[in-house]
Amino acid sequence: MRRVAITGLGVIAAPGRTACDFWTSLIEGRPAIGPLQSVDCTAMRFQNGAEVRGYSHQPYFEDRRADFMDRFAQFAVIAAREAVAGAGIEWTPELRENTAIITGSCVGGQSTEDLGFVEVYKLAHNRVHPLTIPKTMSNAGASHISMEFGITGPSFTISTACSSAAHAIGQAFWMVRSGMVDLALTGGSEAPFSFGILKAWEAMRVVSPDTCRPFSRDRHGMILGEGAGILVLEPLEAAQARGARIHAELVGFGMSADACHITQPSAEGAARAIRGALRDAAIEPEQISYINAHGTATAANDPTETAAIRSVFGAHANKLAISSTKSMHGHALGAAAALEAVAAILALREGVLPPTANFRMADPECDLDIIPNRARPAQAEYALSNSFAFGGLNAVLAFKKV
Amino acid sequence: MSDEIIERVRKVIAASKRIPDEQVTIDSTFEELGIDSMDAVEVLFALENEFDINIPDEEVKSVRNVRQMVAGVERLLAAKSASTPATQ
Repeated sequence: MRRVAITGLGVIAAPGRTACDFWTSLIEGRPAIGPLQSVDCTAMRFQNGAEVRGYSHQPYFEDRRADFMDRFAQFAVIAAREAVAGAGIEWTPELRENTAIITGSCVGGQSTEDLGFVEVYKLAHNRVHPLTIPKTMSNAGASHISMEFGITGPSFTISTACSSAAHAIGQAFWMVRSGMVDLALTGGSEAPFSFGILKAWEAMRVVSPDTCRPFSRDRHGMILGEGAGILVLEPLEAAQARGARIHAELVGFGMSADACHITQPSAEGAARAIRGALRDAAIEPEQISYINAHGTATAANDPTETAAIRSVFGAHANKLAISSTKSMHGHALGAAAALEAVAAILALREGVLPPTANFRMADPECDLDIIPNRARPAQAEYALSNSFAFGGLNAVLAFKKV
Repeated sequence: MSDEIIERVRKVIAASKRIPDEQVTIDSTFEELGIDSMDAVEVLFALENEFDINIPDEEVKSVRNVRQMVAGVERLLAAKSASTPATQ
């Protein structure tokens, strides 16, 4: 089996419109959370989100092309462009055929769908825009990336709620490792801010009225986010041979199902996914130094995740540094794991661990070293990124410093 | 506590949880009824519709049994009638 290098990173999210700007915000501990501008939330129990403020397609896409793309698909292509440019890929017809695109998305082009439904249900118009279906479909991100670069290899989208991008990256990792493809563009994109879907989140009573405070005793729930993160994966040997910059190595992927409850997380299920990633990477728990946590700041997730980490790592749990960067980029659902993978990769590369922002009060049920509020210089060799989705579908990625 | 409101709250909980009305009493705890956090969110939704009230998150944090739930509904109904000018 081949070793797999990460040679490209692309991000657009609330904290920044490039991987570099995103990272700078994270290590400054600066939450990109504020009043939502794209949706009127005055009559809702929450008004805040982590939005790509002032976004317009115009610097990125010509008007006619943008007509065919929901915001979530635009984000996917923007992040893919940055990742591919950084990786310095030189396309040949053979490479295009041997490249996979695997994206994650939870809700797809929900805001396009919402507009269509307003037309028929609220305005009682008799017709919906003909591009509603191709803009709404969750695979639109992968499709537009394929058209952007002329990539003709295996391309598809995985939808496992908050784990979508982790399952996508893990699948792409295994495809490159096994030799099935020679290159992969993988990650996730999401743009969940539409009135209808926000009302649905409001009804679940899991969104915080102010901000996202993972692992803090006074946490009040999650803050929704949007954006995209895309990685370029290729065999380590090939990357070295062509002199590419290698940000980190992707070494393990583990997944599991809780088989328990549609929304309540299970520590046992989460622990099995973490153990699976360690086993896949053939490393011992004691080799891990940093975990980018799922850390949603809901009442249920944070203590459950703490219990899962304690059960896998035992005494070593007290030596682990753990942070939830959702405190800054929000919970970007199907893109979350891609943004968090970028955070974990850059933490290894830069030797700085991003903090858990907005932290105020220790919670005895979340008694881990969660890097409160300030980034920490630390040379970590291995890092994990945890994703535990609604529906009990868990995915964990393991990265190694190069 | 008004018997009528107790009755309506019991019925809402029973219908939402799909259990017989008799199983829900004013003294039942959520634990006894097997109401987990997602079930509770559904019950709140049904109560908001039944009584035409908005139940803020802060009101529900400490609610663990039917008696507390009825008390909360009565408090919100009282606040609603105080803020709505009487018609006729």
